Order: sequence, then C-alpha cells, then structure tokens
Amino acid sequence: MSEATLFGLCAAALVGLGLYGLVCHPGALRKILAFNLLGSGVFLLFGVVARRGADPASGLGGDPVPQALVITGLVVAFAATAIAVALVLRLAATLGRTGLEPERPAGPDRKPEDRS
Amino acid sequence: MTELAELLSGQLAALRALGGVLLVLPVALPLAGLLLALGLGGRQTGRVAMGLLAVGLAVAVAIAGAVLEAGVPLRYDLGNWAPPLGVALEADGLSAVLLLTTAVVMLGVSIYAHPVFRIPAGASETRGHLAFWILLMGVWAGLNLVFLGQDLFNLYVALELLTFSAVPLVCLDGRPETLQAALRYLLFALLGSVLYLLGTALLYGEFGTLDIDLLRGRIEQAGPLPVPVIAAAALMTVGLLAKTALFPLHLWLPPAHAGAPPAASAVLSALVVKASFFLVVRLWFDVMPALLAQTAAQVLGALGAAAIVYGGLLAFGQARLKMLIAYSTLAQLGYLFLIFPLAAGTAPGTAGEPGILTGGMLQLVAHACAKAAMFMAAGLIAASLGQDRIRELAGIARALPITVLAFGIGGLALVGVEPSGAYLAKTLLDGAARDSGQWWWSLAMQLGGLLTAAYLIRVFFHALSGFSRTPVLRSRPALYQELVVLGLALCSLLLGLVPASYLALVEIGRLGGVAGGLP
Repeated sequence: MSEATLFGLCAAALVGLGLYGLVCHPGALRKILAFNLLGSGVFLLFGVVARRGADPASGLGGDPVPQALVITGLVVAFAATAIAVALVLRLAATLGRTGLEPERPAGPDRKPEDRS
Repeated sequence: MTELAELLSGQLAALRALGGVLLVLPVALPLAGLLLALGLGGRQTGRVAMGLLAVGLAVAVAIAGAVLEAGVPLRYDLGNWAPPLGVALEADGLSAVLLLTTAVVMLGVSIYAHPVFRIPAGASETRGHLAFWILLMGVWAGLNLVFLGQDLFNLYVALELLTFSAVPLVCLDGRPETLQAALRYLLFALLGSVLYLLGTALLYGEFGTLDIDLLRGRIEQAGPLPVPVIAAAALMTVGLLAKTALFPLHLWLPPAHAGAPPAASAVLSALVVKASFFLVVRLWFDVMPALLAQTAAQVLGALGAAAIVYGGLLAFGQARLKMLIAYSTLAQLGYLFLIFPLAAGTAPGTAGEPGILTGGMLQLVAHACAKAAMFMAAGLIAASLGQDRIRELAGIARALPITVLAFGIGGLALVGVEPSGAYLAKTLLDGAARDSGQWWWSLAMQLGGLLTAAYLIRVFFHALSGFSRTPVLRSRPALYQELVVLGLALCSLLLGLVPASYLALVEIGRLGGVAGGLP
C-alpha cells in the first residue's frame, strides 16, 4: 500500500466519522466538533492530492496549489467554527441549554411574545 | 429630465468602456462598503450602503448591456494571471441577469430597511444597526462573487462568505427561537459547503484544475464520466441542495426565514438560496453537461415536484403570515429544479434546448422580486398590527391599502397570471415538457399554481374582510417603504413584458446557445 493510498483511506475514514457525527448527534457542540473532523478529512484529502501530484522536475515534495487551498480552507473552517460556537454560547446564555430541539412541543404559533 | 437621462447614459457608456475590469466592481463595491462601515459607524453606514447599491445597480446594468451587445461573455483574469494558476471572473448571460436582479432587490431592501435600522436622533448606537448593514454588504459581496467566479474553490469561498453573512442576519434580534433557527441554518450550510469542498478535492485530484472552462474540456476528453467525477458531482450537488433547502433538506428554512427581520428575510428568501441553486446550474450545465443524461436529473426533478406540493400544502396550513411566505419559498424553489429533467429530455447528453434555462431564470427572477416584496409587505403589516396571525388580519386592507395591494400583486405574480415573469416561465417550461413528452412535470407545475392560489386566497379572505372596522395600528409605515414594496411586486408582475431580444441575454455564453438563440 503506497503512502498516498494509506492517507487517502485515513481521509475517507475521517470524512465518514465526521458525517456520522454531524448527522446523528443531537448536541450542537458535538455537531460542531464533527464538522471539524469532517473538514480535517477533506483537508487531508487535499494533502494526498498534493502529494500524488508532485512534479519531480520542480524539486518540490508536492503540488503547491492544493496546499494553498488547504490553508484557505482552514481559515474558512476556523471562522465557521467561531460563528457556530458564538451562536451556541449565546443560546446557552439566553435559553440555558444548547439543544436544537424545542423542550416541549408547544404550538409555535401561539406564543404571545411573537413579534416578527 | 432629458439632461439627466443623457448624463446617466453617458455614465453607463463610460462604465461599459471599462470592459473586463468592470467585473471587479460588483465584488469591490460591497467590500468597500464593509470597510467603510467599520470606520464610519452605524449612523452613516445606511446611507453609504444605499449609495453603493445605487452604483452597483448602474454597474450591473452596464455589465448586462455589454454582454448583450457583444453576444459573448465578459471575462477578466484577476491580476493578469490566466487559469489554471490564476482565478478568472466571467459574466455570461446567466451571471448578468442575476447580478442585475441582486442589485435591484438589494437596493429595494436597503431603502425599505433604512428607517428600520436607522439610529434615532439622540439615541446611542447599538450593535444591531451597524451589524445589519455590514451583513447586508457581506451578503451582496458573496452573491456577486458566486455569480462571477470561474474557479470552483473561489466559489466555495464565496459561498462561505455568503453563509457567514446570512446566518447572523437571521438572529439579529437575539431571541432564543431565532438563535436556534440560525444555528440550525448554519449547521445545514456547513454540512453543505464541506461536501462541496470534498467534491472539489476529488475533481482537482482527477484533473488538476478547478477552472470551469478548463475542467469542462478535460472532463469531455475523459469520455464517459469517470467514477470520481460522478462521486464529486453527487457530493457537490447534495451539498448545494442542503444550502438551497430543496425538499427533503429544507428543515432549516421556514424558521430561519420567518424569524429574521423582514428586510433580512427578503434578502435570504429572494437571493441567498438562489446562489447555491445557481452553482448547481453551473455544475450541471457548464462543468459537466453529460450529467444531464443521467437518471439523477430525473431525481432532481422529482424532488422539485415534491417540494412544490409539500411546500404548497404546508403553506396553506400556516397560522402566521411570515411562516406562510417562508413555506411558499420552499414550494417555489421546487419549480427551479424542474429544468434539469426537462433539459435532459429535450436533447440527451447536451445542455438542452435554450428555452428551458430562460424559463428557469425567469422563474428565479420573478420569484426573487415577488418574494422580497411579499416578505417586506408582511413586515409592514406585522409592524403595524404588532402581530402577523392570518386570522387576525381583518381590516388591514383598509388600514394599509398600498401594502396589501403590493402583497396581492406579488401573490398574483407568484401564481403566474398573464403578464408576470412566472407566467412566461411556466409557458416555456410547459412547452418543453410537452415537446419532450414529460407531461407529468406540467402536472406538478399546474398543481403548484393551484396550491399557490389557494394559500394566497386564504390570506386575502382575512385581509379583505372586516371592512367596517379599521384595526388600531401601533405605527404607520413610511409611504416610501410601501412604494418600494409595490415597485418590487410590479417588477415581478411586469417581467413577462420584457422583449424577447432582452431575454436572449440568458443564453449568451451557453453551450451552443449563441448559435441556437430563442426559438
């Protein structure tokens, strides 16, 4: 098994774990962590692609374009995590819990404080 | 007046003479607005944003004019770096139409929102005022970049810019319900974008480029679609569908769109969900037209038809006006996805007959204008009455005649009465369904029209009743707010009167579209 295949399989496993967590876990924080795991899998895949596309003539260990994409992707994923965590914190401060499901299935149309 | 017209046309000609550089402006203007807003603070930002949007509208008109006149897409390589290393911006007919729609709707929304997000004299500045305008500029930048980008990774960044600006718009008022709606929206959107990114990685691994033109060429050379390409297309499409809220990935949309402030709902419902739909079109029609021959095109159509029926039925059952409009968005998005099986049916393996994309784009533009008008009208009604329960709308037509008229015109435009854009769109799509022998898509469209009429009539029944008593209004909307809403609704209603020579704009830059033209 070559280096690229091994890391490619690792990337696939990370994507699978992340996807499972993002879809199946009810907790918001867990979902955010799962999103990061999924994102890491994608970035690892970019790394594998970069490694596999190495041009021997250039003397570089890998194709630099996917590496540049990974750096941008990391920044974007970081920003996404920051926004999501900020929302969860705000939710915890106003509601006292971070779950996404409403606590009791009250009719959404009968709340007296509805202002929108 | 004529002098003003001459001055304007002179300015437009000067803009058009810029050529490809013109394409930088739709992205640079909102970013300039963002930076200025940080420096100027909440008091001035609204006016600056409106000014920039007015300039943006002129730029969009100039781009559309230039593309229509030349008959070929306008293109600009950023920093003179040609792809595959550089990133190109390109405005074909589709981009030009969407840039124009975005500019019109955004300008309308900003005029409407100005009194809402203005800091009263003597009051101290709050975060909400500044945040709204900054986020609006962010959404505008993201949209324009999505419409112009030619590099799949650049488009990913644009989509994320759009998401990060749109999500906080949902929870501007900070109530727990809207925070939950925003969080759910964000999680759906993040799942969508990471799947899109995964597809991008697979495509780069296979072909070593992410530029749309180069990629199309290399995919065509590869013969029958290789497995990684199909996997990439599936991942990217599903990711984008989650962001577009196509049934059954729609769960986040109604609470998010109904809970946001009306001006934000208008932008989210009219424009933001269309950006990811636009990328699906780019992917299926431009990057890999061979996809249309797959069964998957039929699946997209079936999901669209399901969305039309499901959204329509749920809209009918809603108790609150804004929720009804949000579910209506769900149904109207379904129409857009009918273009995939129709295009597949008319010409297997190619990008399909020109009329279908024109029909799809007409539906998109008509819905954007009408839905923005309806959300803003509902916002005016809710602000005046203090609530928006449909059963308690009695007498509102007497109290706010212009607003209710605007809502009605928007509704008529959605149903697709004669001169409206939706009417023309449905005629074109109906024709395509008949020609390709896929009558069942027509059936879905007709059923959708009936459901739309049904839930709107329910609103009118309550709004037009109780003429003897005028409800007590908490506040009156400004006249210009009502007129802006009416104007946007009329845009949608009169869209069908646009001459065919202008409609040909949609086809510019399509595969074989220049030669084919409109029938």
